[in-house]
Amino acid sequence: MSFWIVQTLNGMTFGMVLFLIAAGLSLIFGLMRVINLAHGCFYLLGAYVALSVIQYTNYFLLALVSGMIAITIVGIAMHRLFVHRFQNDHQSQVLVTLAFVFIFSDLALVIWGGDPNLLPTPSLFDGSFSLGDIIFPIYRLVIIVIGVLVAIGLWLFQERTRLGALIRAGVDDTEMARGLGINVPLLFTCVFGMGAAISAFGGVIAGPFIGVYPGLEWGILLLAMAVLLIGGLGSLKGAFVGSLIVGLADNFGKVLIPELALFPIFGSVVVVLAFRPSGLFGKL
Amino acid sequence: MKRLIAAFAILLALVILPQFVGKYYVNLLTNMLIVIIFSMSLDLLVGYLHLPSLGHAAFFGVAAYTVGIFSTKVMNSFWLNFPLAIMMAGAVAALFGLLALRTRAGYFFMITLALSEILWGIAFRWRTFTRGDDGIPNILRPDLGFIPWSLLDATHYFYFVLFFFVVAFILMYVIVSSPFGRIILGIRENELRMRALGFNTWLYKYACFIIAGLFAGLSGVLSVYLNGFVSPAVLHVALSAEGLLPVLLGGAGTLIGPAIGAATIVFLENMISAYTERRLLFLGVMYLIVVMFTPQGILGLIKKMRLKRQVKP
Repeated sequence: MSFWIVQTLNGMTFGMVLFLIAAGLSLIFGLMRVINLAHGCFYLLGAYVALSVIQYTNYFLLALVSGMIAITIVGIAMHRLFVHRFQNDHQSQVLVTLAFVFIFSDLALVIWGGDPNLLPTPSLFDGSFSLGDIIFPIYRLVIIVIGVLVAIGLWLFQERTRLGALIRAGVDDTEMARGLGINVPLLFTCVFGMGAAISAFGGVIAGPFIGVYPGLEWGILLLAMAVLLIGGLGSLKGAFVGSLIVGLADNFGKVLIPELALFPIFGSVVVVLAFRPSGLFGKL
Repeated sequence: MKRLIAAFAILLALVILPQFVGKYYVNLLTNMLIVIIFSMSLDLLVGYLHLPSLGHAAFFGVAAYTVGIFSTKVMNSFWLNFPLAIMMAGAVAALFGLLALRTRAGYFFMITLALSEILWGIAFRWRTFTRGDDGIPNILRPDLGFIPWSLLDATHYFYFVLFFFVVAFILMYVIVSSPFGRIILGIRENELRMRALGFNTWLYKYACFIIAGLFAGLSGVLSVYLNGFVSPAVLHVALSAEGLLPVLLGGAGTLIGPAIGAATIVFLENMISAYTERRLLFLGVMYLIVVMFTPQGILGLIKKMRLKRQVKP
């Protein structure tokens, strides 16, 4: 019994990390109709920046904040200088983000080398939690809590704030939003930067147990895409439910059938696509 | 007529060239032909249907793995493995096409990516079957049976690949200029209208998807015999992504475009690899330049220059 509980918690932890990436990806797609392939790189670079900051200062919180700020700047610059030039040409926009995957991956390899690294667990949450014969690291429980809090925060942001309302207007009808005098290009940049920030946040907080290594940018992006294919694009609820499904499928796949670990994930993708081509909660 | 002469001149050059260059360059030329076949097959989707696929490596990789596994575990027979590998690529394309074509353009990137990733996962993790990350080494070039042509020599292998390159090029040329190809172009321009005209557009797209998969499979087989080695890298999304570059660089929607693009990339990569290890950075910057400055590719640039010359009397 404790095996199942612990593994379910593990899967939920990973699911929450995936949610942090998928939420930004989904938001960007909802508004711009563009899959940002460099989104996995934001995750990777966020974790790497944090790693460097920790090595110098040993402050996890400082590392987290600096990683997020650095990647937000990178994201905004990338959008303003490059992606932004191709308004309404979605294919070119996706290809620009693809170009940046190559550039970012290689730069990360030059700067941080090819060895896998783990970020240290913040000392506040070190140690583990035990209840009966269930033993589980506190830090992972914290991640689950953070994931849920971020989901609630994003939901409140979308539903209750003015900026959120503008974004929803942009998702529903870009032309009309423009016509009403909303500065849609600025909105695009905001959302792009916000997505980058959340993704970097995910990269840093997952750093103590997933680590950071070359190739992670593709791996994490692909799982985030599986999340969106299952949950549906442009929907926060879809991203959340999809993340839990993929997180659990990934974890139980790895534990129960290690050789075919990707099957449960992409099996669910195939099943969902076969019956609901736009995902469980997809609006687009 | 002009084009036919040009084609013969290029073919003649390709036939003669290996006699004058060393083994290294013969292998580079062989690789170039293989990359060209792969790019042309991808262009059937990207250029002729405007369906940008990020999972084309799946068909290349499946064919390569079929050869790898069969030739090391069953038997190394050309007449068995060669058709089998291409059929496998076609079968995977038939399966993937069913799912990928259910969705609209924005999703197509993601679904092709996700589907090819399943195969990568199998190759990477199912160690007993695929040897995982280590890959399958020592895949020997087969004996051609009753055809007295040994493939062991680099130059001989080059001519073998050249033969299939010419066959593939002619076949694809026939396909895109046939009524089938015209219908495909019609679907690209306006699918709704083609449907209204009574064409089962889904079926045409599906057929095109499978054809693209078969040719990608051909390039996979030729590649695995060239390298004698196959690893999960042949199924990775990075390969699919790299495969898009020649298509865009040369000019999507033509067969010559991807060929020019692939040849350019293969030789540029070879040149810069002498100076730096930053191959991916180079590819990324190339991508950026192509997308930002030559959206129609090299062919587009040539066309533009011609137009300018014609306008100036």
